[in-house]
Amino acid sequence: MHVTAPGHAAPLETSTGLDHRKLLMWAFLGSDCLFFGSLIATYLLYRGKSITGPYPHEVFNIPYTSVSAFVLLTSSLTMVLALAAIQRGDQRGLKAWLLATALLGGVFLGGQYFEFTTFIREGLTLRANLFGSTFFTLTGFHGAHVTVGVIILLSLFVTALRGRLPRERHLNVELAGLYWHFVDVVWIVIFTVVYLVEAPNIVGAG
Amino acid sequence: MATVTGALPRVLRRPTSYTGWWSWVTTVDHKRIGVLYGFTAFAFLLVGGIEALTIRTQLAGSESALVSPELYNQLFTMHALTMIFLAVMPLSAAFFNLIIPLQIGARDVAFPRLNALSYWIFLFGGLLLNAGWLVGNSPDAGWFAYANLTSKTFSPERGLDFYALGLLVLGTSSMAAAFNFVVTILNMRAPGMTLMRMPVFTWMTLVTSFLLITAFPVITVGLIELAFDRLFGTNFFVTAKGANPLLWQHLFWVFGHPEVYILILPAMGIVSEVLPTFARKPLFGYPFVVLSGVSIGFMGWAVWSHHMFTVGLGPVANATFALTTMVIAVPTGVKIFNWIATLWGGSLSLKTPLLFALGFIVLFIIGGLSGVSHSSPPADSQQQDTYYIVAHLHYVLFGGSIFGLFAGIYYWFPKFSGRLLHEGLGKLNFWLMFIGMNLTFGPMHWLGLDGMPRRIYSYPAGMGWDFWNLMSTAGSYMLGIGFLAFAWNFVSSLRKGEKATSDPWDGRTLEWSIASPPPIYNFATIPTVHGRDAFWAQKYLETPGHQPRGVPSGGADGDGDGAHGQGAGHLGVHMPGLSYFPIIVALGLALAAVGLLTHVAVIALGVLIMLFGIYGWTFEPAEPDE
Repeated sequence: MHVTAPGHAAPLETSTGLDHRKLLMWAFLGSDCLFFGSLIATYLLYRGKSITGPYPHEVFNIPYTSVSAFVLLTSSLTMVLALAAIQRGDQRGLKAWLLATALLGGVFLGGQYFEFTTFIREGLTLRANLFGSTFFTLTGFHGAHVTVGVIILLSLFVTALRGRLPRERHLNVELAGLYWHFVDVVWIVIFTVVYLVEAPNIVGAG
Repeated sequence: MATVTGALPRVLRRPTSYTGWWSWVTTVDHKRIGVLYGFTAFAFLLVGGIEALTIRTQLAGSESALVSPELYNQLFTMHALTMIFLAVMPLSAAFFNLIIPLQIGARDVAFPRLNALSYWIFLFGGLLLNAGWLVGNSPDAGWFAYANLTSKTFSPERGLDFYALGLLVLGTSSMAAAFNFVVTILNMRAPGMTLMRMPVFTWMTLVTSFLLITAFPVITVGLIELAFDRLFGTNFFVTAKGANPLLWQHLFWVFGHPEVYILILPAMGIVSEVLPTFARKPLFGYPFVVLSGVSIGFMGWAVWSHHMFTVGLGPVANATFALTTMVIAVPTGVKIFNWIATLWGGSLSLKTPLLFALGFIVLFIIGGLSGVSHSSPPADSQQQDTYYIVAHLHYVLFGGSIFGLFAGIYYWFPKFSGRLLHEGLGKLNFWLMFIGMNLTFGPMHWLGLDGMPRRIYSYPAGMGWDFWNLMSTAGSYMLGIGFLAFAWNFVSSLRKGEKATSDPWDGRTLEWSIASPPPIYNFATIPTVHGRDAFWAQKYLETPGHQPRGVPSGGADGDGDGAHGQGAGHLGVHMPGLSYFPIIVALGLALAAVGLLTHVAVIALGVLIMLFGIYGWTFEPAEPDE
């Protein structure tokens, strides 16, 4: 799990052998699981319980969201390539893959923005019904996580551009990667639960 | 490294003064942050105490009209919120900060600036939660704030907005602190201090921190849903749109029951330190005390619906949660037997810290037994929403948490002040609180079994409740005098108390091996640990002739001669530098929350300040440049 690269910046010994920041990131991600878990639980509890429309099957465009999910998952690959680049001291590769990851994240966010505005035009708002409240809150908080990730990636990219992300600071990229992969994994769960599992919503219309 | 960081952008000049007001604002020293936590929590404790005394004065006799029903609702809600989130939890956090690095032989916590951030967010969150008093609308739906009483329809005033946003801000603070202590305890133990050699207080802090980082996200989601319903018109708890208000109860108690253990485990840890020291014996059954604490941490997740027995979840759910609730009493009982066995045959030194620890055991047993009595759903249906529950929860939270924390204050005060608290005043403090506590909350048992409901602002004459309510009110004033005695003792001892040596109680753990008060870097040489009760072993086992062996402290009474450990050589004594950024980030966060209640421009300003703070923080090296 712990990659000891040559020339690690701070050879501070820790009791577990894990860097403080890495342990912090793992603890945070564990905690964030409970956060998304509670949001998803809320969504599941209210699935098919909306009294009025629009219902999920009326607004969802599965092929469209599948493409956007594919884009986000691809960004996990470029993230791995960015980490591999800094670990072997390839600064050009690092910059290219960091930027690619941030751009793919940006495309996903753009897709989400377009999806949200389309839904709102079709009458699905935060206030419309239980589906609207739970859908926008769950996917919105995921989008907020992606946004934070894109900001981190762009900050790393700018730092690398200015030559201040040398090989011995690979942990910065690794931590951003941990966060980024987590956000992707959460999207797999959300995409499955929200979009792919057929909601029995027609029943709720009564 | 210094060459790389030195070239990075600096937005603010680094603060350098270690004295004066600004040094407290910019401090990242765990001991100073602990002191800030302690004093702020005590101030909030007094506020919550005044609220409690007002409640008790109102209830002293039947048909009293001291406060209006509306104000009464705000008083009992704010009393609970203040005591839980602004007094007991931050007092525990004060001890985490003051003690943990010293007990594990570290120079500071893993993330000193994050630690300062936790404190400042706590302070601003506490003020935000209390801001309702300024506009005359404090939260008034109980600390559990059941939906859908909390909806805009039924609570149109501002009060519950302060509730939702105040607790969201405070939750950020608690989680940030907990992340810090998880990493600190797991990663910064002195060489040789394996997990099963850690002091029990350190263990209980670790368990509490894990509970915090897992339980708070759940209530965060609940509070977000509540805030969205109230501010943006979502439908999470709007029954007319098909919502199920039980969602809130589940989210609340899934958090709320681990929260109970978040409040009590630190006190249990303190008592597990105080008893062996004053019995002059090692803790009996250390692995059992530790593992029962860990299992309480796990099992605390499986009992939440016992708060909902009267909701109608059905016989299967009720029976399941009744069983898990009865089972969780087992590890608690294991702890109590181990504490008693620690005292057994010890040469007890009945100083004030031990008195409070003994008080803790007695009162916690009473509170625990009444707790088991409502693990049975039929019995609970009788007790639900009566004063019997109020009696139970105060025996565990006041008799438990507060007595444990007071044992800790009397125990560790000399370590940080260099002086002892006065024994005579301490004993007066203890007996006033012990008798006052039983007089206040004891009668509530029979008032509750006699049917007196909770959360009523008044009751008719002729119910037979007048006498015991009057006694209870008298007891609460006695408690108030007890707190004043403590405050007097604290202030006067701080100024002219008896000077304390570095090891006034003949302590067992590493914090007693360094000077009182400790130098800023705590340990000149990082100690090497060979077993449990590391300092006791150094004094009596590793040195023949029962002669306490001095340990290099580098502090005021640096009488050390034994050089051991070789940590300092390659670590050096580089302490983290002061920083403006924690308070800036906290201020931005609080402003953004206030903006949600006022104007979108304030949100934008808050977010901007926060981003500025985060960027400055990121590019500020942890250590000041030389």
